[in-house]
Amino acid sequence: MSKYSEILFRPVFKENPIALQMLGICSALAVTSKLYPTLIMCVALTVTVSLSNFFISMIRNITPSNIRIIVQMTIISSLVILVDQALKAYDYETSKTLSVFVGLIITNCIVMGRAEAFAMQNPPGVSFLDGFGNGLGYSVILIILGTIRELFGTGTILEYEVFPLVQNGGWYVPNNFFSSTSSFLHFNWFNNMGFKGMAKRSD
Amino acid sequence: MIENYLNIFINAIFIENLALSVFLGMCTFIAISKKIEAAIGLGIAVIVVLAITVPINNLIYNYILRDGALAWAGLSDVDLSFVGLISYIGVIAACVQILEMFLDKYVPVLYNALGIFLPLITVNCAILGASLFMVEKDLYFGESVAYGLGAGVGWALAITILAGIREKLKYSDMPEGLQGLGSTFIIVGLMSFGFMSFGGIIL
Repeated sequence: MSKYSEILFRPVFKENPIALQMLGICSALAVTSKLYPTLIMCVALTVTVSLSNFFISMIRNITPSNIRIIVQMTIISSLVILVDQALKAYDYETSKTLSVFVGLIITNCIVMGRAEAFAMQNPPGVSFLDGFGNGLGYSVILIILGTIRELFGTGTILEYEVFPLVQNGGWYVPNNFFSSTSSFLHFNWFNNMGFKGMAKRSD
Repeated sequence: MIENYLNIFINAIFIENLALSVFLGMCTFIAISKKIEAAIGLGIAVIVVLAITVPINNLIYNYILRDGALAWAGLSDVDLSFVGLISYIGVIAACVQILEMFLDKYVPVLYNALGIFLPLITVNCAILGASLFMVEKDLYFGESVAYGLGAGVGWALAITILAGIREKLKYSDMPEGLQGLGSTFIIVGLMSFGFMSFGGIIL
């Protein structure tokens, strides 16, 4: 049992894809200025990476190795199309906010990286867990960033006003620095340091 | 007419720079910016691939996929836009492969210079991102050529500048936590602040 929890939680803390391996940061930058789209993006990525790991692992023994990239690409993009269509059907507003970034899950390094590094060598069940763990690792960082950026950028969390704004008679002046994407880079450095410390201590 | 194209071109380089204002292609942007020569090589490869794939994807979108685009084949009520993602990534993968073979046969000098970077480009989200932005902006063919070229030049410019700064900083005495990735993130953040100042330009 501990082997499975190891596979599931290793990518969250010790090998976090965003904070430590610097994979898949492109989409992480653009969607974290508000918490709600961030949560949707996390769900979308977690679903895609777990299912793509599962299906790629299922056909790993019959995939010729010289065309494996294109096979993986086809599976991943079909899954992303499903996610995109589902999002458009049930939450059209958010799919407009996320615009091209749902489509860009296809070229997210986490998805391709896990398919190549884990799913091609391991059975489907374990691969699914690994994908889910990596999705969680991605989500943890994105939720931390999304909360900080929305709280300080606009004074709200999930549109609920935490810091009363000056324009509504409160005291908080929205800080545009936190809304701009470049602040993400500064924060990710802190994340990088924090998670490095955590990985060292757990060894 | 020519003004419109020039407008899109300049806009894609400075105001909507793929690397510094939309933050696409970050994985390669940070990984391959240690040396100026490598950065320029990758930059040229990105320009070439973007200038080819964006117009091709534009033709595919306008004449096959978009709602009612198949009217020339007598199928005026067919909407294939949901298979967009998989077709764009297919086109990109195929183009990169063909370009690689073509360069290997006819321009070996360029092939040797770009060799390692070309396959990497398939999974660079700047390439797919530019195609998706092209669809979202609803450009027609001529405009998409200008946009693809401009987006490529902008990305190449950004990675060359970053590589230049990193080369200068190579021997500077920095505190432990800032070495390597930490300082790179901060530099990219500051560069993007610099590029934000182009945002006020009205073309």
